[in-house]
Amino acid sequence: MARIRTTVDGLVYEDDVEPRMLLVQYLRERLGKTGTVIGCDTSNCGACTVHLDGLSVKSCSVLAVQANGSEVLTVEGLERDGQLHPVQQAFHDNHALQCGYCTPGMIMQSIDLLGDNPDPTEQEVREGIEGNLCRCTGYQNIVRAVQDAAQKMKPGATASQPASVAGGGA
Amino acid sequence: MTTVENNAPAQEIGRDRRRKEDRRLITGRTRWTDNQALTGLLHLSIVRSPFAHAEIGSIDTSAAKQIPGVVAVYTASDIGADAVQLPCAWPITKDMKSPQRPALAGSRVNFAGEGVAVVVARSAAAAKDAAELVEVDYTELEPVLDMEEALKEGATLVHPELGTNENAQWVFDSGEAGSGGSATEALSAAEKADDQVVITRRFRQQRLVPVFMEPRSTVVDPSGEQLVMWSSTQVPHILKTMLALTLGLPEHKIRVIAPDVGGGFGGKIAVAPEEVVTLLVAQKLGKPVKWTETRSESLLTAHHGRDQIQDISMAVTKDGIIKGLDVKLLADMGAYLGLVGPGVPILGAFMFNAIYKIPAYRFDCTNVFTTKTLTDAYRGAGRPEATFGIERMMDEVAVELGLEPMEFRKKNWIKHEEFPFTTVSTLTYDTGNYEAATDQAMQMFDYDGLRREQEERRKRGDVKQLGLGISTFTEMCGLAPSRVLGSLDYGAGGWETASIRMLPTGKAEVVVGVSPHGQGHETAFSQIIADKLGVPFEDVEILHGDTQSSYRGLDTYGSRSLAVGGIAMVKAAEKVVAKAKPIAAHMLEASEDDIEFTAGKFSVKGTDKGVGIQDVALAVFAAHDYPEGIEPDIDAHATFDPENFSYPHGTHLCAVEVDTETGFVQLHKYVCVDDVGTVINPLIVEGQIHGGLAQGIAQALFEEAPYDESGTLLSGTLVDYTLPSAADLINFDTANTSTPSTTNPLGVKGVGEAGTIASTPAVVNAVLDAVRQYGVSDIDMPTTPFRVWTAINSAKGTAGRADEADVASPGAGLGSTAKDMPEGGNL
Repeated sequence: MARIRTTVDGLVYEDDVEPRMLLVQYLRERLGKTGTVIGCDTSNCGACTVHLDGLSVKSCSVLAVQANGSEVLTVEGLERDGQLHPVQQAFHDNHALQCGYCTPGMIMQSIDLLGDNPDPTEQEVREGIEGNLCRCTGYQNIVRAVQDAAQKMKPGATASQPASVAGGGA
Repeated sequence: MTTVENNAPAQEIGRDRRRKEDRRLITGRTRWTDNQALTGLLHLSIVRSPFAHAEIGSIDTSAAKQIPGVVAVYTASDIGADAVQLPCAWPITKDMKSPQRPALAGSRVNFAGEGVAVVVARSAAAAKDAAELVEVDYTELEPVLDMEEALKEGATLVHPELGTNENAQWVFDSGEAGSGGSATEALSAAEKADDQVVITRRFRQQRLVPVFMEPRSTVVDPSGEQLVMWSSTQVPHILKTMLALTLGLPEHKIRVIAPDVGGGFGGKIAVAPEEVVTLLVAQKLGKPVKWTETRSESLLTAHHGRDQIQDISMAVTKDGIIKGLDVKLLADMGAYLGLVGPGVPILGAFMFNAIYKIPAYRFDCTNVFTTKTLTDAYRGAGRPEATFGIERMMDEVAVELGLEPMEFRKKNWIKHEEFPFTTVSTLTYDTGNYEAATDQAMQMFDYDGLRREQEERRKRGDVKQLGLGISTFTEMCGLAPSRVLGSLDYGAGGWETASIRMLPTGKAEVVVGVSPHGQGHETAFSQIIADKLGVPFEDVEILHGDTQSSYRGLDTYGSRSLAVGGIAMVKAAEKVVAKAKPIAAHMLEASEDDIEFTAGKFSVKGTDKGVGIQDVALAVFAAHDYPEGIEPDIDAHATFDPENFSYPHGTHLCAVEVDTETGFVQLHKYVCVDDVGTVINPLIVEGQIHGGLAQGIAQALFEEAPYDESGTLLSGTLVDYTLPSAADLINFDTANTSTPSTTNPLGVKGVGEAGTIASTPAVVNAVLDAVRQYGVSDIDMPTTPFRVWTAINSAKGTAGRADEADVASPGAGLGSTAKDMPEGGNL
């Protein structure tokens, strides 16, 4: 067992963990942070993406002991005073999720992407979330949501009603 | 009592409402089965066979039992798992051969990945550690991998006790059914006639894996009076009834809960062996038990889909009129029969004739056992296979006849004024307008402009050649009229139920029998109820997925939730209004005949007196004053059994760029115009189409589950089973035309499977359209760069190696080997 001290979504935790325990297992099994999920065992799907000291990581490819002394942010720590993060809001506004299983990882990766590139093109978004798989949406509305969030997050932008995104309809 | 205000709420049906479901999903407050953490919960790990076909000798569990935290290690017979017969609900013929499918194998394993023992431990990690120490002594048998070889005299038998590898043969002949002529006669007449030809092709439907993002998980708590199973399933009601029937448990002692379910796509329509094992272990130990699969376990053992060899012959006049269609299928069942597995190819029987007027049709399907993972429903289930077969055929025949492929289709399709139309396969299409959808799609696509660009690129010998592909499809969904299912020997009906509970404060709880896993039912159904009861959208709660609240239902698959379940809701709402009406009349001191109901208000005709339905709910709660002879209750329950399927249709057009030097296929443009009848929520409809397209396109370009010569799955991780990422796809241009269905009061048609059913042939037709100029006539799916490059170069006579030229070899190539699958995936 190894003793680790981490800050997760703003709270400090100190635990003894098996050295082989993955960060995602620590989050889910020890801290009850089940908002972060496991979708594969080869680090392909990205469903478990969280931020480690401000950078996105697939928490299935980080050992819990590697997070010792670090700050972890999960999808559960994004809301501020009951206000959704602009990327969360954009996912809702643009119907960027269906079953929602990939969504926590997709949101965390999108926030990281916008940190690097605050105004990405469609292709830059597609490449920026390439490591996160979604089986429901065909990605189109996810790409739209990330670009929508980028506009809303620009300095001086004000929250406004989402544009209609529905194409057809009777 | 209130005065009627003339401010009727805006119509909800047709609004692009944002989803009610989203809030918990985007904030991580989810209830996936694997999130369950009960006190004393034990964890399972299943020991699985590495061999495709083997006799099981001794099993040594002693080392595994020494691992700290291990509670028990059970072989199949220790928990009676070998004696279980997992159910198949669709015996397609009276003499269908059906092997016993145990929950764990006792004496023989029949596919790589089949469970042989189970470890129970205090943690999932300890269970996995111990599972690796279980020593199983196997004697290998010959695997059975190729369907055609499997049917030959003297072939190794998957199940020797059945005496054959043939599961069943199912035939439809329009000559015998009286719905058309004899296809056999039509084909032989065409061969003799000067003005007709017979064109024959063989297509391969590769094996796919549904790959829902949430791995399957089951938790069983046996401690209460009712045994509770949480499971990541599409079919909680069917699962409950089948557990009772299969295990002999009293049905009223079982409660099944499908909490948040992370996708299914048909892959979670099952009574899975692992669900039964979890239950048996929980019963034996009297403790709550959890099983959650790894992704590799999921790819290896959750059911697969597709996997057919299609031999199709079409008789056609030289000027392009179809005279007959003959379809011969081999369908790979894998090692066992899944819940509806044998019936999946049969769903295609009704769809090969598609949107066309075909005077003579024969469908002959043989289901075959192999030592592979079983196949069952995957998005579209039988209909994508059929649509691929016919839409590829339409292009092949057009090329042979020298006709423009869309013109050939137009010559043969059902015209809008001909609806309702009874097809050669006996279905009656209620509504549709193929011309309207096609015209709009052709215009959005700029078909003529792209044809010009294609010509220009050809003339200048561009490295990147353009190809255009068409798919004009229809499908049958909204499963299903119970009488039709009965005639097909299906083991259940196709009805659906809904109950509405009007709460004292006027809010409505709607209990539905369908069971969502990403579709947005809570939103779309709230819109329907809001309109039908005239209550605010926010005042409606949709309850689902728990057999304790929703005791009656047939769950979600076959694009049925709206087209069948939605109608049950409408019927229940009508009953609520009917029950509330005499009470409203009593409250308004008027005759019931003078009461009318509009937008949530009962009012007295010709007056301004009225009372809201939500006020009636409070009045019957108080029950101080209501008419004599009726019960103080306006709740209602309804069951809807559809009289027909629904028939969405559409025109899908795809342009691809093929790099002739590398074989890489890049999507260039994708346009689809779908007619799904009345649209309840355009946002959700568009999302369903997008996701469906991605899966259909993935079959054409990316995905395949091949086996090696020893019967080992080669795509056992997401490294090898290559789901498309965002970077592999493009933005799709989607639109809708609408010819409302006339067989249900909402006018809706299903939308869940349309995109997947339609898109695959559009993409493959486009790829071939780009490279036919080099003499290429077919390329197996997925059309990977390697296959496309090899096809071009072998047709040109410049292939690097002669053994690589075999790019379209159905049968031999059907998963038996994967020599043409490059290492590390196929992107």
